Amino acid sequence: MADYTLREMMTIVAAREIKSGDIVFGGTGISMLAAMAAKNINAPESVMFFETGAIDSKLDEIPLAVADSRVMYLAATNGGLFDAFITMQNPITGSHVIGILGAAQIDPYGNLNTTVIGNYVKPKTRFSGSGGGCDVASFVPRCIIFMQQERKRFVHKLDYLTSPGHMGGADGRRKAGLREGGPTVVITNMAVFRFDGLTKRMYLAGYYPGITPQQILENMEFTVDVSKAAEIAPPTPEELKILRDKCDPQKLIL
Amino acid sequence: MNTKDNKVMSLREAIREYVRDGSHISIGGFTINRNPMAAVHEIIRQGIGNLYLYAHSNGQGADELIGGGCVSRLDIAYGGNGKYAATCIRFRKAVQEGTIRIEDYSNFQMCLRFMAGAMGMPFLPTVSSLGTDLVNVWGFSEAERAQDPRMPDKKVVVMENPFGGWMDTTKVVLVPAIRPDVTILHVQKADKQGTGRIEGLTFADVEQAKSARHVILTCEELVDTTALRRNPDQNNIPFIHVDAVVPVPYGAHPTACYGYYDYDPACLLHYVKCAKDDGLYREYLDKFIHGAKDHEAFIALNGGRERLDRIKADPETGYAVNLARG
Repeated sequence: MADYTLREMMTIVAAREIKSGDIVFGGTGISMLAAMAAKNINAPESVMFFETGAIDSKLDEIPLAVADSRVMYLAATNGGLFDAFITMQNPITGSHVIGILGAAQIDPYGNLNTTVIGNYVKPKTRFSGSGGGCDVASFVPRCIIFMQQERKRFVHKLDYLTSPGHMGGADGRRKAGLREGGPTVVITNMAVFRFDGLTKRMYLAGYYPGITPQQILENMEFTVDVSKAAEIAPPTPEELKILRDKCDPQKLIL
Repeated sequence: MNTKDNKVMSLREAIREYVRDGSHISIGGFTINRNPMAAVHEIIRQGIGNLYLYAHSNGQGADELIGGGCVSRLDIAYGGNGKYAATCIRFRKAVQEGTIRIEDYSNFQMCLRFMAGAMGMPFLPTVSSLGTDLVNVWGFSEAERAQDPRMPDKKVVVMENPFGGWMDTTKVVLVPAIRPDVTILHVQKADKQGTGRIEGLTFADVEQAKSARHVILTCEELVDTTALRRNPDQNNIPFIHVDAVVPVPYGAHPTACYGYYDYDPACLLHYVKCAKDDGLYREYLDKFIHGAKDHEAFIALNGGRERLDRIKADPETGYAVNLARG
């Protein structure tokens, strides 16, 4: 029996995407935890910042929102929302920013819906909306996306396009007028997807131990290329120890 | 704009004077931090309705104003409240049931809109949201907008970069200025004239204040002007924008106030439980808002002094270390 949870696996898989030199934009919950794990495990010289305006917070305790006072303690600078949005758009710093996002729906090109299911004016389900998600997705060259692997979430067509991915595919972002880049990886509770360099369509890059590509396809509305998929290494004991003892000892996210 | 020397008044008086039925308002703070909650509760208590609320991510405050029946129209970027509500519950319910009208923007766009208002510019540009439904889907039609002189005729406008390809940009989205009748902020320190000091992150409070016709500052501490002016570089709200100064200790509770107190997990969790059920929510409003004559009474109903001791900020970190937050 594996001695780690799926949530721990997802967090560590995301943390491995982050390198020293990266400036990481994290939201609430697992995305913040992944950034903290990267900083403590494999990317000590990565820098976290929050859309509320704090840069390189100390994070002795895990914040429960990006506005939590815990992001203000021993930060390099405490500013406001404008400062954060400048960091991610600045021609120099922006190209080093990696965003971490989540969504209710994703399409084959990594476009995201965090707004509504159903009709916009009178929706079946209303979600939080863009927040800074559309902004970071519009501006930065790389994004990690966390998703639950479910048919209703991996859809041909979004009910509402909140945050841009690769739009219609190859050249989609350029045609729309967005900054180059877009989503690089999608991490779910079963698998890791990446985007084809030319077509920008999602493909299966990896699956978790004990999961088959077939099981993953059964949990999506659209199909993807699975020919390049390989099993993903589970978290090492050392990664787990740091994640549990140092990043989230109160088990607020894990 | 107000240069009076002494703007101190009671919260009841400040809300009655500056927030009316149909006012366009904005509130400071972000999700679970530094929302002007005492003022939000007083607006509900006074039964003020039909507000047009402009929000970026004003989680708890926005949700309570909506839940209290005060809001009819809403421009918003994010209706969530951190770990306490992935989507704010009364907000979700009101949108799904069609009891409020809504227009979605991004957080940066709302910041730009407040900044444009502060600058007296009709709009500001960004590339954020090009090609998305934030541009394509409108909550208020152009015809409807044309009939209301308080609304810009369009949600957004997309245009070619008039400077050619300058700054590697082909197109921009123009977002219209916001001019609230009143912005209400809760700050750590203010003097009687209205100079305000926000400690920790300022969020978009400063732009929101400068975009508004009137500003109400509630504050943890009313500080002597000389003391506040000894370090003017730490003051971020110029008094000339401010109309009312209201000392309200714990005025952001149950949201946090950096350096003073943490958010109150027990109160926020209780709120979430009530918000999920219409009957319980009515009881919440009756007992905790209408049943409390002021913010002190609200806190007394929420565990009083004992609870405040639990969330008291540690002077080193600015938050309550090891607080049970789950």
